[in-house]
Parts: sequence; structure tokens; C-alpha cells
Amino acid sequence: MFFYIIRRILVAIPLMFGLVAIVFFLLRTLVPGDPAVILAGENATVELIEQVRRAQGLDKPLPEQFAIFVGNVLKGDLGRSSSTRQPVVERIALALPTTAALTLSTFLYSFSVGLFLGIITAYWRDSWLDNTLRVVTIFGASMPTFWLGPMLMLLFAIILGWLPAQGSLSLRGLILPTITLGTGAAAELSRLVRGSMLEVLSSDYIRTARSKGLAEKAVVIRHALSNALIPVVTIAAAQIGGLLGGAVITESIFGLPGIGTLSINAINDRDYAVIQGTVLFICGIYLFVNLLADITYAFIDPRIRIS
Amino acid sequence: MRLSIPASASAKSKSRAGRSAWALTLEQFLRRPLALVGLGMLLVLILAAVFAPYIAPYDPIRRNFAERFVPPSAAHWLGTDALGRDVFTRILYGGRVTLYIGLLSVLLSMLIGVPIGLVAGYFGKLIDATLMRMLDLILAFPGLIFAIWLVSMLGPDVSQVIIANAVFSLPIFARLVRGNVMSVRHSDYVMAAYGLGMSHGRILFRHILPNVLPTIIVLASLNISSAMLTGAGLSYLGLGAQPPTPEWGAMLADGRPYLRDAWWVSLFPGLVLTLVVLASNIVGDTLRDALDPRSLRK
Repeated sequence: MFFYIIRRILVAIPLMFGLVAIVFFLLRTLVPGDPAVILAGENATVELIEQVRRAQGLDKPLPEQFAIFVGNVLKGDLGRSSSTRQPVVERIALALPTTAALTLSTFLYSFSVGLFLGIITAYWRDSWLDNTLRVVTIFGASMPTFWLGPMLMLLFAIILGWLPAQGSLSLRGLILPTITLGTGAAAELSRLVRGSMLEVLSSDYIRTARSKGLAEKAVVIRHALSNALIPVVTIAAAQIGGLLGGAVITESIFGLPGIGTLSINAINDRDYAVIQGTVLFICGIYLFVNLLADITYAFIDPRIRIS
Repeated sequence: MRLSIPASASAKSKSRAGRSAWALTLEQFLRRPLALVGLGMLLVLILAAVFAPYIAPYDPIRRNFAERFVPPSAAHWLGTDALGRDVFTRILYGGRVTLYIGLLSVLLSMLIGVPIGLVAGYFGKLIDATLMRMLDLILAFPGLIFAIWLVSMLGPDVSQVIIANAVFSLPIFARLVRGNVMSVRHSDYVMAAYGLGMSHGRILFRHILPNVLPTIIVLASLNISSAMLTGAGLSYLGLGAQPPTPEWGAMLADGRPYLRDAWWVSLFPGLVLTLVVLASNIVGDTLRDALDPRSLRK
């Protein structure tokens, strides 16, 4: 197990390095113009542009620039925002709690709803409940967040007046954004759990468990679910990455001041330092979450770590 | 096109033997009313998009301030927006952009991803390892973030959205094809072809590709809907189709500030998008069941 974890971390390191390289080189190849002007902002003074040029070594050859860039990233220095002159890291740190809270609440919501629906539809396979829920979940998985969000807002904030239309870092303020962001993931997860459960429920060891007279609850929960969950864990973790992306849209719908809003505003302001910083940050988190998922996967399924 | 069935499966699925994949697909669709509805919806969308100029009652772009925010009525079935443009007309035209993004993105990523997967899976070893590590790098970006970031540098435009979409889903095709190729690479019929002295290219394209084609079709059909969603999402964020081009995501963004007074501007484009995604998901699922020999054994 220990060696497995080490091996996975060793795989993640070059991946992160590759990400940094892609982000560095694409900005320099895809955006025309002097990188110092691009990073300092279009309206920057000559002194400021020179300052940025010196600070990031932009007057040096490209390989050296890259080395300086990697060094800065390792030190946690992502440059300064061209619109506010604040360090990018500071702006990310300010936005992080909102995005973290939204992602966490969404994960809890989608995982619990998806699991619950998956189990009951698999258990009562082909019943009216299964058929109804199947249509509901296909519909749920097809709804774009940027439609579901405004519609929830229309119903619960404008017509019924139960919840605030503006999202905020509070329980009430997070309900609508969470449902908006998590419903698609919950629907997908429930279909996955259903499929996985069906496969397990028809396996020989479940028949054995039943024939030796185990209580139905023990069969379903202890024997079937614990095995059916194995493939689900990886997907659920991969979904967190999707959630990070979806959070961008959800935050902009509900006006939540998270990392998504930060990056969209940065794109509109052509604040490339912030765009670059948020992309690196989100990708870093994504890699880390996937690493955790792989380790968890190996932890619950011994077959993985041996092969 | 014939579908080869592994020897172990043939005993239980005799009814499939000797029948084309098209016949099997047709049978699956006829057996499921829901799948037919989905297919019908997609056909309607395609027809509506193609014939938009002939069906649409109004001009999709011309402003008419005298008719701002007219609620749904006989004259404007789905109401008008902030600039007095007919929402129904704009939805018809918007379907063109959405379809265009969906189809072209998938086509592009298939054209690049499938050959990569074939080569990686067939030759294995160093070629495989190199190609897969490169693709891992793309997958290390969360999808939408990657698209947003790429488009932010390329400049907002529909063609950039297609490129971003295609680059992002390319590894999915490559990986799937690679996995499939690896599982048939050592099967008897490939060995036999090799033994008969066929070239690698001929084995890959004449014998292995037809075998993995059903999987590619299913993945492509499922991928179109996510490409359409990403495209509309980017347009919602102002990074895709630019005003005054009618596009469903952009229309939703236009309607967002007026939700309280003019709900129809947001409701209908999103509803249509949801139905289209729903329809393509159902069609994709049905295709999967039709072309997957395992699903019929149950």
C-alpha cells in the first residue's frame, strides 16, 4: 500500500509539471504581443511593464523564463493581478472559501442523493418507481446548470420568496447554488450506482448470502453496496473536477464571489496573470483530488494495489 | 458493416448472428417508444435548424423596441426579448449554432483521437506509453476550465469553442479505442490475419476498426450532447457565440437580468437545450444497448 501511494505521487509530479509547462507556453504562443505587456495589463505604465519584465525575467531567453516561472510557482508566487495590483495568490485566497464551501456542499448533496436513488432503483428494478426515477434522472442529467439555476431562482426566490436569489456563504444562500450545481452529478451518480448494484446483486456471492439466510438489509448494505461502491468512488472523485468547472458557471449565476467569478472577471478584464493563476490553482486541486481518489480506490479494493 | 461476436457470446446470442448492426439498431429503436421519441426530437431539431429561414416568423437579429418583453402570445409564441426580438425565431436559428458546435467538435476529436487510440493500442510499449502520457496531460485539466482558459486566450468565438471542445474530448476517444484494441489484439482473428501476412495498416483498419466502431459511434453520440452543453455554457459566459448571433446559452445570459419581469426569455432557450440534450442522451443509450452484444444476453 505504501509503495502504491508513493508510485501514484511520483506519477502526479510530472503531470503537474506538464500542466505548468502547458500553461506557460500556451500563453506565450496563443496570445499575441509582448508577454510583459500581456501580464502587466494593456493600460499599464511603462515603469510597471518594465517592473513585471524584470520580476519574471521576461527579458531573458525562453528556457530561463520558464525556469523562473516554475520557481515562482513552487514558491507560491503567481504574479500580480493587472487590474488590482494585488498578488494573484491573495485574490485566490479571498475567493477560495466560497468555492470550497460550494463544492463541498454540492458533493455531499450529489453523493447522498445519487447513492440513495441508485440503491432504491436497483433494488426495485423495473418497478414503476424505477421507471419514473429513471426518466427523472435522465432529465436531471440533461439540464444545463445555466438553465436550472435561473429556473430555481425564478421559482424559489422570485415567485415563492423562500430563498435568496443572491448566493452567499450561508446555509440559506448555498441551497440554490448547491442544487443547481449538484443535480446533474447526482443524476449521473444514481445511474451509475444502479448499474453497479444490479451487476453485484445478480452475482453468485449475493445468492450465497441470501441462501444462507442473511437478513435482506445485511445482504443489500453489507454485501452488495460495499462492492458496488468500488467503481462509484472513482467516478465521484472525477466528478469533483467537473464540479470545479461547473462552479464557474454556478458562481456567475448566483453572484457568488468564488474562484469561478474571479476567473470570469479576469477574462473580461484581460487580466492574464489572474487567468493563469486560477487555471493553475484549479488544476492543482483537481490533480490532488484525483490522487486522493486513486489512493482511496486502492484502499477499498485490494486488487488495484497489487496489479 | 458486420458486427463480429466473440466466440463465447455467440452461443447465447444466436439471434444476432448474421444480421447487420443496422438491423439490430433498428430493432432496438422500434422496441423502445422513448428512443423513437428521442430520435424524432433530434430530427425536428435538425430540420428546424436547416429550414430556420423558411419557418421563422421574424428576423432573428433586427431590433424592434416597440415590442420589448412581449409575453408569449399569438403573434410571438414564446414572447420577445429585451431588444424586441422574437424568442421563437431566435431559438430556431440558435439550433444551428448548437448543432454546428456539437457535430463539428465530436467529428474533430474523433478524427484525431481514434487513430491515436488505434496506434497506441495496437503497437503498445513505448509508442503507447508516450501517447497516453501526453493525453493524460489534457485529462489533467478539468473539462470546462480547460475550455474556458483556451477560449480566453484564443478570443471568444464559435470556432475556438469547437477547438477547445475537440481537444478536450480527444483523449476520451483515444483511450476507449486503445482499450478496445488491446482487448482484441491477441484474439484469434487478428492472429489469423497476421498469420496470413497482412500489413499492420490493413489489420488495424479492416479488422480491428470495424470491431471497435460500435463503441466509437456510441461514444460519439453521447459526446455530442456534452459538446453542445459546453458550447452553450461558454456562450452563456460570453466566451462563445457573440451578440447578436442567436445562440441558446447566450440567450439565457441575456434573459438572466430580466428574470423577474420576463421569465420567458430565459425559460424557453434552456428548455429546448435540455430537451435536445435529453434526446441525444436517450438515442446514445439506445445505440449502446443495440451495438453492445452483452446487453442482449440479459
